[in-house]
Amino acid sequence: MFQRDRLFTLIVWSAALLVVLIFASFIGNIIYYGLKNFSFLYLWSNPINTGREGGIFPIIISTLLILLVCMTVAIPLSLCTAIFLTEFTSQENILARFIRRSIDVLSGVPSIVFGLFGNAFFSVKLGLGFSILSGGLTLACMVLPIMIRLTQEGLRAVPPEYSLSGSALGISRSQILLHLLLPAAAPSVIVGLVLGVGRALAETAALVFTSGYVDRLPQSLWDSGRALSVHIYDLSMNVPGGETSAYKSAFTLLILVFFINSITTQLTKLWLQKRIILQ
Amino acid sequence: MIKFLYVLLVWMPFSQLANAADVPQKLVITGSSTVAPLISEIAKAFEASNQGVRIDVQSGGSSRGISDARQSMSDIGMISRDLKPEENDLKGFAIAKDGICVILHKNNPITKLEDSQIVDIYTGKIKNWQELGGKDAPITVVNKAEGRSTLELFVNYFKLKNSDIKPHVIIGDNEQGVKTVAGNANAIGYVSIGTAEYDSAQGVAIKLLPIGGTSASIENVKNGKFPLSRNLLLVTTTEPNGLKKKFIEFARSKEVIGIVKQQYLVPITK
Amino acid sequence: MLSNSILSPLRNELALVWLLRILALMAGALVLLIFAFLLNESLPILGLVGLSAFFSDPSWHPMEGFFNLTSMLLGTLYATAGSVLLAAPLGILSAIFCRFYAPTHVARIFRNLMESLSGVPSVVFGFWGLTVLVPLVNQIHPPGPSLFAGISILTMMILPTMAMAADASFASVPQNYLRGAQALGLSKSATLLGVVLPAAKAGLLSGLILQSGRAIGETMALLMVCGNVVQTPKNIFDPIRTLTTNIALEMAYAMGSHRSALFVSGLILMLFIVVLLIAAEGINRVPKR
Repeated sequence: MFQRDRLFTLIVWSAALLVVLIFASFIGNIIYYGLKNFSFLYLWSNPINTGREGGIFPIIISTLLILLVCMTVAIPLSLCTAIFLTEFTSQENILARFIRRSIDVLSGVPSIVFGLFGNAFFSVKLGLGFSILSGGLTLACMVLPIMIRLTQEGLRAVPPEYSLSGSALGISRSQILLHLLLPAAAPSVIVGLVLGVGRALAETAALVFTSGYVDRLPQSLWDSGRALSVHIYDLSMNVPGGETSAYKSAFTLLILVFFINSITTQLTKLWLQKRIILQ
Repeated sequence: MIKFLYVLLVWMPFSQLANAADVPQKLVITGSSTVAPLISEIAKAFEASNQGVRIDVQSGGSSRGISDARQSMSDIGMISRDLKPEENDLKGFAIAKDGICVILHKNNPITKLEDSQIVDIYTGKIKNWQELGGKDAPITVVNKAEGRSTLELFVNYFKLKNSDIKPHVIIGDNEQGVKTVAGNANAIGYVSIGTAEYDSAQGVAIKLLPIGGTSASIENVKNGKFPLSRNLLLVTTTEPNGLKKKFIEFARSKEVIGIVKQQYLVPITK
Repeated sequence: MLSNSILSPLRNELALVWLLRILALMAGALVLLIFAFLLNESLPILGLVGLSAFFSDPSWHPMEGFFNLTSMLLGTLYATAGSVLLAAPLGILSAIFCRFYAPTHVARIFRNLMESLSGVPSVVFGFWGLTVLVPLVNQIHPPGPSLFAGISILTMMILPTMAMAADASFASVPQNYLRGAQALGLSKSATLLGVVLPAAKAGLLSGLILQSGRAIGETMALLMVCGNVVQTPKNIFDPIRTLTTNIALEMAYAMGSHRSALFVSGLILMLFIVVLLIAAEGINRVPKR
């Protein structure tokens, strides 16, 4: 009996140790080679010789612009969809059921399929070509489900007394929404936003055929721009001798993602605390 | 920091939009990864001498060069072969010549291979370098993905069908092929001579094998001795005018000879 | 929803309601739009050679008119199955470690680690696989880029989320189950294996299915480490190509029927996902005890 217990303890500890070791060697490798010769000039200068030398300034700007386009579209769309689903329709409504179901499917669609769609729809059909605009719009479709889901969670968690007392005071629905519901749900909306940014930042496959490869400073949203993840892919696959720079880019991206992750965790904690106080 | 980001994100696109009205001069060029590095360099020179012009170069493959031009996704397409009969709706402009060569890792003791041996390696009849007098190690065959004109030219020359080839790794761009072979001591691949010479001059661990007894060098492509050579073309759907015409003329002019040679390609001038 | 019937009347807010309704409809219609586009781009080839050609042609050589997708389908299935089979026990054991074995502060660090790792971009995993793992595999069994490398990278990608999902489903096991087991004098391992695992089964399974979906859809990391040869692997060290990497690799220069055929692979991927979602829903619905 105790022997079995001890064996199981051993298995659990060694599995956990194995997991930690694998990931430590992975993270350690990226950080070690990424920090080697890393200087802030790398973030501030243009790539030279297809990225073997120089920095990633235009790539950072393109990445930020793609995120900007993505969020400009995704925030209002996800907010409105979530508000509609939670506040303005019933669970059984056919339209609502259709929307919920299709958002579930959307959340599972592989990113390369978004790439195919973005290429066929935004780049070819709408004539946006390879541009930051097509890339950002494609990503917006991709992050929509996760943002809708978190906004919905936030809205559902608001106690019904809020709307009821607002209504009793004769405040209109839109005012209740604007002044009571949304502020109360804001932390969850922001968590959704940050998660969406994180996912968009990590995406490569959907961008290769939509925002393209051009590694220069974009002059407008109609120009092609290379995202950071695409840059890492290109340096490691297509540029002999590109590893040094690829490590530095991968390090930069990792730091960005970890930063975003810690914001999410902090916000979620804050939100949970607030809910406990409310109840 | 937040303020800085705000300024960057909100102000920049708009200020750029305002500028965009003044500089509508933009060319999108897509296609062959063999031609793309050359055109990128030519484009930089062209931009330097033409204020307010922007040229975006995207690399894919020759087929993409053709299809993008046809769908108006690009202004000019790049292809690394001559136009086929069914593509007579397009106008082609040769800008340089290039060859295809077989590459091995620098430390591979093999220095030359007969055509028939290359065929046997690619069809999987020879599986170990020992059979060719090399060390005892399995051969890693690197092949190109479908749709690349480098692949087309290679299989035509060796009278192969792509379905006969038994590859171990499939790559897309030339650079990816160079990188794969440089990273694997037992690999064999084939890429554009221009790319291979450029990279081996940069110190990448590959070597170029002769084909049919002719050494793979840009010199032999130039004098026509090298059997596996091809033209590099720019293509348009209509007779080029305006900026397109200006750029194509520039890319075929004497001014770019230096740039073409720097990329280890053979210039063609009128 | 009770709030709908007793709140202020809607008629003053018609504009707002319609705006919300239209935007929500747009978001909902997106999936249909994607389906429509995939179908529209696939139709030419489906009309030309029919659906059966994708399973009965001798090989995948679209330039020669052969469109067999089965070996890539198998590639996707092998890579997904392999990684899920590895990640599931490791993830579940890590979660058990976190919740029942580790000291509190170790558990907290472990959870933070998993949380951070779940957001790591796949291209970074792919890059690490390409520069560290593939040369290592090459030493053991050439050529290096292989199904094995793909499974390893996929496992690393889905493990953190798997562990977090398992942790969450263990957290929802009612405390009195544990107390009951303790009262019966069950040992720790017996409690975990006999009580906690069965009680958390539904959550674990749906986590598993969601992660399978992620593994099926992964593209860039696999493109970088799998070698991309279209073949049914004979052993785990053979290179493979998956449906997703096929699209990424050939889309850039595909035209005509070739391009069309790639959209067919996109459609097949979508169908996979829908099937998985239905399965996940079925699991979530059954054990509402």
